[in-house]
Formats: sequence, structure tokens, C-alpha cells
Amino acid sequence: MQKKHFTFHVDLDAFTPASDEEKEYLVQMRPSSTFFRDGVKRLLKNKVAFVSFIFIVVITLSSIFIPMFWPYSYDDMLGNRPGEPADMSYNNLRPFEYSRTEQALMDEGEDVMPHIFGTDAQGRDYFIRVIYGTRISLAVGFFASIIVLVIGTLVGAISGYFGGKVDLIIMRLVDIIYSLPDMLMVILLSAVLRLTLDPVIEHTPLAAVGSNIISLFIVFALLYWVSMSRLIRGQILSLREQEYVLSARATGAKGGWIIRKHLIPNCISVVIISAALQIPSAIFTESYLSFLGLGVDAPMPSLGSLANDALNGLATYPYRLIFPAVIISLIVLSLNLFGDGLRDAFDPKLNN
Amino acid sequence: MNSKTLLYIAKRILLAIFTVWVVITVTFFVMHAVPGGPFVGEKAVSPEAQKVMEAKFGLDKPLFEQYVTYLGDVLHFDFGPSLKQRGLEVIDIITDGMKTSLVLGVIAAFTSALVGIVLGAIAALRRNKLVDRIIMIVTTAFVSMPSFIMGSILLLLFSTTWHLVPANADTPAGLILPIITLALYPMAYITRLTRSSMLDVLGQDYIRTARAKGVSGPKIIFGHALKNSLIPVLTYFGPMLAYIVTGSLVVEKIFSVPGIGSAFVSSITKRDYPLIMGTTIFLAVLIVVMNLITDILYKVVDPRINLE
Repeated sequence: MQKKHFTFHVDLDAFTPASDEEKEYLVQMRPSSTFFRDGVKRLLKNKVAFVSFIFIVVITLSSIFIPMFWPYSYDDMLGNRPGEPADMSYNNLRPFEYSRTEQALMDEGEDVMPHIFGTDAQGRDYFIRVIYGTRISLAVGFFASIIVLVIGTLVGAISGYFGGKVDLIIMRLVDIIYSLPDMLMVILLSAVLRLTLDPVIEHTPLAAVGSNIISLFIVFALLYWVSMSRLIRGQILSLREQEYVLSARATGAKGGWIIRKHLIPNCISVVIISAALQIPSAIFTESYLSFLGLGVDAPMPSLGSLANDALNGLATYPYRLIFPAVIISLIVLSLNLFGDGLRDAFDPKLNN
Repeated sequence: MNSKTLLYIAKRILLAIFTVWVVITVTFFVMHAVPGGPFVGEKAVSPEAQKVMEAKFGLDKPLFEQYVTYLGDVLHFDFGPSLKQRGLEVIDIITDGMKTSLVLGVIAAFTSALVGIVLGAIAALRRNKLVDRIIMIVTTAFVSMPSFIMGSILLLLFSTTWHLVPANADTPAGLILPIITLALYPMAYITRLTRSSMLDVLGQDYIRTARAKGVSGPKIIFGHALKNSLIPVLTYFGPMLAYIVTGSLVVEKIFSVPGIGSAFVSSITKRDYPLIMGTTIFLAVLIVVMNLITDILYKVVDPRINLE
């Protein structure tokens, strides 16, 4: 059939049913990848981030589970058993040394758990103290970053969503907190807060946590949310103006749909990444304060306070410094590397 | 400098003044929230002696009046007498400590900037080569190591084990380790900063133009690239100072340097409240002023940057 140009005749060929060969083009060769799966794939390819992640998982699990079955506890002064004479030979054991009592038990054929890292000046097993200190440091870092995440997201979202005067006031407040020298304020607040807190939390479950850790959390809640809220506000402001949001709106999408499908997926990765990067900085701050004697309450150990205690006997027991020092450096390093890997894998704006 | 820049500078100075005021106010009220007030020692004092003490320090007056008095005193650099070091004024302790701390901080800042920029430039020029890899690995390790860990390990290695330098800071040789400890983190940070901004600049069109015109390699680096790639490094000046100030607290504790940092740390453990207040305010003002200078410099050096 000869084609007639300049007529309104419809080309009938275009309406014949598709052949099987043509249908092939539309067959899904493999399931379409989601944003999340894409990110995980990229993350797994990043060897540095992957190794860091494994390390974090291993150290977290061991700090949770080892204290459960380890025969010694972090505050157990082994030489001071009620009803028995004090055994000074428990104090200051070197790694894999045994006290007189333990030596006698072993001679009788009993199994005694070795002190892998030795014991400290008060006869406490150092290995379990380091493990417990790791647990405290990780927990503080984790909860502090959750506090920062919640407050920062809330304030940032309010500021970005309402705009106008609310935004102006919040952002001025953020400016001021931002320009405060944070470390000095943290030191000042934690030096004073614990004195104020002690009588308040007495006889409550919070007393078990210790006023120092609580004041640390309060300080984080007061000061460290600002950069997170700035980030969220910026995200919301820029996402609101994106063309795909406009086109979704133009095709009749409702507000809920736009938030679920466009705003949250584009925002969430940035939020999670900066929360992940907040953990090492919180661990850093906690250990710094503990090192100055403003961190956890004795006898509870944290990696910072263990390093601080180790300074006194540095010449004789250098390994007491090395263990917490290596662990804290590795934790901070691997959390940072993993956070960087997360950012590379999940930040849609960096994708090529 | 146009009027917009001047307006920005004026705004920035106002914010700095306001921040200092916030710091003083927060410090004052936080200290007075301490149970029993800041001037109560651990030792039990008879009620009469307590009254005399309170009258002497003006603590019997209403809180707001005390606050106004304190604000006026601070403006005259009068932080009152130290509680635990009898007969010494807080401001004397601060100026005394600053003599040592200033030397420490300034040397650390200059060393880290110099070494950091050189290492960063080398890493950028040898991108993805062995030298670059080594520099990046070492700086990553330094950035992740808290200053107190770094200081303790240096002390352990160089002074306790190998006896190369004295462990306390009575002699100038004893200041070497504290300076290195303070300088390592900013140095590593500046190295990474210089590297990335140098790489950024080297990809710019004007570098390609220079290259196309046949300008020699070193001339491109020093004549065209270095100056522009130092702008981000300049912005780190303020945060670096803040780091050195807070870092000096632990570093001076580790090496027992008789500086303002160790005075501050011991004032916390001894609960010498006037000293805590005075040092906090002094160091905070120092940091705020340095941040202010950094921001203004940044704006003046690169007018393209919109800081709003």
C-alpha cells in the first residue's frame, strides 16, 4: 500500500499485534534494582568500608556478649573476697600471670581462666574492663547520635517546613550555638551538671547509669544537634524546589505520596550518613571527657578513663595504655571509614 | 571591598559579641546552679564564717545584681581571686599560663600548617602514586587518633622507653613532644584539605589554559594553583585554633606543662569555680575572635564566596 502523505489516514501497520520477537524487548531480563539494593551493592564493593563494617560488628558483638559468660566482672576486686584474708598477689598481674590463690587452685588440677591482659592495681581483671569500657564507649556514641538525630531532624524539619519567622528564629539560635566553643561548653556543663544531677536522680533507675553519662547526653542534646538541623533544613528547602517534585505535583500526586516517594528517600540517606558519622565524634568526646576525669563514674570503665588511669603506671605497665588506645583508635577509624563508605554508596548526588 | 562585604563583616562582629555575651551568661548561671553556690568548699564551715565569706564575695546580694557586677568585672578582665590558690588573682594565673601555652600553640599551628600544605601539595601532584597512598594512610590514622592517645603513646615511646626527651616540660626540650602531639592532628587535616582542594584547582579551566600556553609545571603549581587551593585551608584556621586550645588541655595534663590548659583541668578537679569561669570565658573569647578573623579573611580573600 502506497503511503499517502498529507492525509489523515492512519498507518494501519502501527496497529497490528506485536510479534513474539517484538515482545521480547519488554521482558524483564532481571528484577529492577531498588535504590537501597544499589547502595548495598556499591557498599559491598568498597573493601575498606566492608572490612570496617565487619570490625565494628565483631567489636560490638563481643562487647555485648563476652561480659555475659566471662568469669570475672569489671568491678570485681579479685583479692578482696568477703570472709577471706585479702590476697594482694591479685593486684598488678601481668598478662597471663596468676595470683597465689589461683596458682594453688591450678596445682590442685582446677581450671582457672587466665587474665589475658593481666589485672589492674586493685586486682580487677583488665581484659573485662577493656571490653566493658568498649561497651560503654560504643553505647554512649550510639545513644548520643540518636539524640542528635532526633532533635536535629525535628528542629530542621520544622524550620525548613514552616519557613518565615520560625525559620529565622531557629536559624539565629543555631548560629549562636554553632559559634559557641563546643568543647569548652561541654567541659563546663559536665563539670557542673553532675553536681546538680546527683541529688535529682538518686533512688531512680537513672542512678545506675550515673550522673556523668546523663550529663554527657544532656550536653549532646543541647549543643550537638545544630549541624544536623542545618543539614535537614537545607535538604528540605532544596528538595521542595526540585523539578521532579513539581512534575509529581503537576501529574496530580498528593502530599503524602510526594513525601513518601520523593522527599524521604532523597533525604534519608543524608540523615543516616551524618548520624553514622556522629557516632565516632560522640565516642571521641566521651573519651576526651573521661580522660579529663569528667566522664563515667568509677568503678565503671570507659576507654578514655582506662587510658587516663594507665598514665600513672606508664613506665611499668605500658600495655595498660596500649590496649584501650588501640581499641579506641580502631573504633573511631573504622566508624569514620564506614561512614565515608556509606556516603559514597548512598548519597544519590555523588552517584555516577 | 564593597558595601555588601562591609555589611557582612559588621553582622559577623555583632554575632561574635553576642556569642561572647552568651558564653559569659551561660558560665555565670551554670556556676551558680551548683548546689550550695560556687564558693562552698568541701570542708564544713561554720555558718558565721560562711556569712562573712558570702559578704566578701558579694554572694548575699540578689543573683541578678551579682550577674551585672560580674559582667562589669569581666569587661575589665577582673575574674576575681582564685579559691584554692590563696592570694592569686584568676587573671594572673591565666596570663601566667598563657606564656607557656601561647608558645606551644603558635609553634604547633605554624608547624602543622607548613608541613600540612607541603605534604598535601606533594600528595596532589603524585596522585594515586605510592607517595600519595602513604601520605593518605598516615594522615587517616592521625585524624582518627584522639589527642590524648597520641600524646600518651608519644610519651611512652620517646620518653619512658627510649629516654630521648624529658617527660616533663621544665626545659625547652620537654616542649618538643607536646608540640608534636598538638600539631599532628591539624597537620594531617591540613594535608588532606590541601590535597583535595589542589586536585580541585588543577582540574580548573585556567590551569588547562596555562598548560596549553606552555607554562612549565612548577610555575603552574606555585604561580597559579597553590594560591587558590589555599583558600579552604585558610578557613580551617579558626577550627584549628579551637582544636589546639582544647587539645592543649589534655596535652598539658599528660606532659605536665605549666600552661593554661593544665590550670583549667586542675581547677575542674579542685572545683576552683572562679578559675573555671575565668578560663572558660578567656579561652572562649580567644576562639570566637579567631573564628571571626578567619571568616572575615575568607570573605576578603575570595569575594566570590557567598557566606550567607
